[in-house]
Amino acid sequence: MNTPILEMKNIIKEFPGVKALNNVSFQVKEGEIHCLVGENGAGKSTLMKVLSGVYPHGQYTGEIIFGGNVQNFKGISDSEKTGIAIIYQELALIPEMTVYENIFLGHEIKNGAIIDWNETIKRAAEMLKKVRLNVNLAAKVKELGVGKQQLVEIAKALSKDVKLLILDEPTAALNEDDSENLLNLLRDLKNHGVTCVLISHKLKEVIEIADSVTVLRDGQTICTLETQKGEVSETALIKYMVGREIDNIYPKRENRQFGEVVLNIENWSAYDPALGRSILKDINFHVKKGEIVGFAGLMGSGRTELALSIFGNPDGYNITGEIFIMGNKKHFRRPQDAINAGVAYVTEDRKGDGLILIQDVKQNITIANLKEIANRGVVNDNTEVNVANEYKDSLNIKTPSIEQKISNLSGGNQQKVSLAKWLFVKPNLLILDEPTRGIDVGAKFEIYTIMTRLVEQGMSIIMISSELPEVLGMSDRVYVVSGGKIAGELAIKDATQEKIMQLATNY
Amino acid sequence: MSFIQNARKLLQQNIREYGMYIALFVIMTIFTITTKGIFISSRNIVNLVNQTGYIAVLAVGMTLVIVIRHIDLSVGFLGGFLGAIAAIAMVQWHLPVYLAIPLTLALGVLAGTITAFLVAQMKIPAFVATLAGWLIYRGAILVVTESTGTIIIPDKTFNAIGNGFIPDIPGIEFLPGVHKLTLIIGVLAIVLLIINEINSRKKKQAYNFEVLPMEMFIIKLVFTSALIGGITWLLAGYQGLSWTAVVVLVVVLIYHFITTQTVLGRHIYAVGGNPEAAELSGINVKKITYIVFGSMGMLSALSGILFASRLQSATTTAGSLWELDAIAAAFIGGVSPAGGIGKVVGSIIGALVMLSLTSGMNLMGIGISYQYMARGAVLAAAVIFDVATRNRAQ
Repeated sequence: MNTPILEMKNIIKEFPGVKALNNVSFQVKEGEIHCLVGENGAGKSTLMKVLSGVYPHGQYTGEIIFGGNVQNFKGISDSEKTGIAIIYQELALIPEMTVYENIFLGHEIKNGAIIDWNETIKRAAEMLKKVRLNVNLAAKVKELGVGKQQLVEIAKALSKDVKLLILDEPTAALNEDDSENLLNLLRDLKNHGVTCVLISHKLKEVIEIADSVTVLRDGQTICTLETQKGEVSETALIKYMVGREIDNIYPKRENRQFGEVVLNIENWSAYDPALGRSILKDINFHVKKGEIVGFAGLMGSGRTELALSIFGNPDGYNITGEIFIMGNKKHFRRPQDAINAGVAYVTEDRKGDGLILIQDVKQNITIANLKEIANRGVVNDNTEVNVANEYKDSLNIKTPSIEQKISNLSGGNQQKVSLAKWLFVKPNLLILDEPTRGIDVGAKFEIYTIMTRLVEQGMSIIMISSELPEVLGMSDRVYVVSGGKIAGELAIKDATQEKIMQLATNY
Repeated sequence: MSFIQNARKLLQQNIREYGMYIALFVIMTIFTITTKGIFISSRNIVNLVNQTGYIAVLAVGMTLVIVIRHIDLSVGFLGGFLGAIAAIAMVQWHLPVYLAIPLTLALGVLAGTITAFLVAQMKIPAFVATLAGWLIYRGAILVVTESTGTIIIPDKTFNAIGNGFIPDIPGIEFLPGVHKLTLIIGVLAIVLLIINEINSRKKKQAYNFEVLPMEMFIIKLVFTSALIGGITWLLAGYQGLSWTAVVVLVVVLIYHFITTQTVLGRHIYAVGGNPEAAELSGINVKKITYIVFGSMGMLSALSGILFASRLQSATTTAGSLWELDAIAAAFIGGVSPAGGIGKVVGSIIGALVMLSLTSGMNLMGIGISYQYMARGAVLAAAVIFDVATRNRAQ
């Protein structure tokens, strides 16, 4: 257990203008679960890309020793051959193929040139047993939930005789049950001799599962902590990650006086013709001026669908029910109508349907409200620059220039640009869908501070979140959604993690 | 930083944009040498511009179609068909030219709207919808010309669009044999360009944005001015600016303005960059699709008019392979097949590259078979170059 299976020594990786990794050393012992933590942009993913050969030998300096030998990987296939497998946040499965086809994709079991499907299916079944996944082998991957897809991906890695399994934020998209299930599986694999490196932002699960933790910050190794020696704790990790101690990341709110009802939803139901089933059932809720209303629930409980159905229904659900904005009945046919009525929606998936990655910061900030900076349809460049700079300063968006492409910004700063875009439409009601997903502690604190400032100025916020501490820390009132219904409403003084989970899992 | 370093940095950062200008320059130089100067003669350049006209306007429309992640294969035969309709309107229906042209353009918009309906409303992939259009318009040309065959167009005004030149200012003795109005327009264009560039530079400096180093800025201005000046001089030395060139310039100016300065332009690029995000930002993606295909239809009609007018007749084969030239021009001009990226001016340069190849090889007496291969190779090379520089930029 004490021999290192992997040693990365003095790794330096430079991109034009940035030293992404500055003399990083990283050591993983055989048979342990080693967590890699750090703020976004700390260099975790880059380090793993160096290890897996995405950045081939020669594009970095330093030494990789794996299984006792110095390795010079020229590509991913080299690292896979030596027994290293990486599972990325974005899963690399083919949705239209079956489970067993996916598991052996790229290393098919062949008889000469012909695929031996019987053997493939047999071996695939064994792999699924190992990851304790009970699904139809012939099901298409797209029919499985994210949690199960993740397990298929792990099964695929195991089928390649993996010695070192690297998981990049595997639980980011999973609900509590699936996360727990995954962590149990990792323990199980550890007992069967598979070494694991886990990149995660969820410090609770890190503490729960890690044998040792390495903290990266600004491209440098800060420290490696051992669980056995009692060095791993949340405060210690946060301290090393951000370089300062954050006592309470939820800012204090002075004034919790709320005004009139801004949004009222009555008897709201929705049917999704694409899925062929009802997704929202008889939902009633309201939001007051200056209030942060939390929407808790499991993944797939219908919270995002609820937000979309209110926000002009771009996915074309069949809806019954009524929306009242400031007491006036409204009918939104498309997002533009909702925006005009003072509603803004910051999406869950900022890269997928939030931002335009190939455009710059400035263009992303103004896109939802170009008429504000245009005169008879002609965009005024000067006004646009002023607007973008204003939001860059007020939201503390860290970018060298407002002409920087969005894809070059870190997750937290991308999220701030999303916020800026929607604040620029001057809404009365801001719907935030997972506002801090995948962003680091420092940026989270900034987002929370901005939210607090906004409600103090009289804005109302709906916050959809799967992170219970965040729901409890930020909300004034909590609705729990389960199976497309409002399972319960909790005043913040009555809300606890246990109560919320109980309602959320109560179908 | 030294001059050379500046130049190198500038070239590296903008290699994608400058690449096609360099390519055009290289192609033109090669042909000038191989044809002993005939290629660069006033007469040939005027011809080249007039021949490029009908592809150039298609390439402008195609740029926007590809930017919003679609494709339009039907534009060639649609153009050919509408050219025939314009001819029929004048010859058989005896409509005056100033009614026939707007009618044809309106029919183009209608045709584009039908495509947009299939793509936006019925959710049919544009490739399939416009392939159907390709077949239908191909048949339609044959139907309308069935009884007559080639339709000769007698209208002088109409034919002037493809063959005529702008009038000169009468009564100036100065510089005989040179087209004065063309010269004046050229000089005006250079002056406007310089004023515009200086203003934009000042604005950027006021915001502390990165601008070109002064000497590079001057070189760029001198270079572009010399280019416009040179072309103006060549054109003025023959018969001046042709009406085709005027039409293309107007189209390019309008579309350049729309794409770079207006809300509509921003919305088009947003839809191309990320349709889901655009929809959630309150942009009506369907409406944008209608506008872009509608404009494509109108430009197809214009293309058909330019072609019919140049030949002074509507032929049964008008329109074949135009769509591929237009698509190739757009890709050579740096439009991204993935959508969201591409400039109208780039596509015009792309069209010039394609037509320069044809014209140059024709002058050299190279057979049509090798011409196709050469054009294919240039298209492949342009896209390879684009992809390679794009990857490096990341």
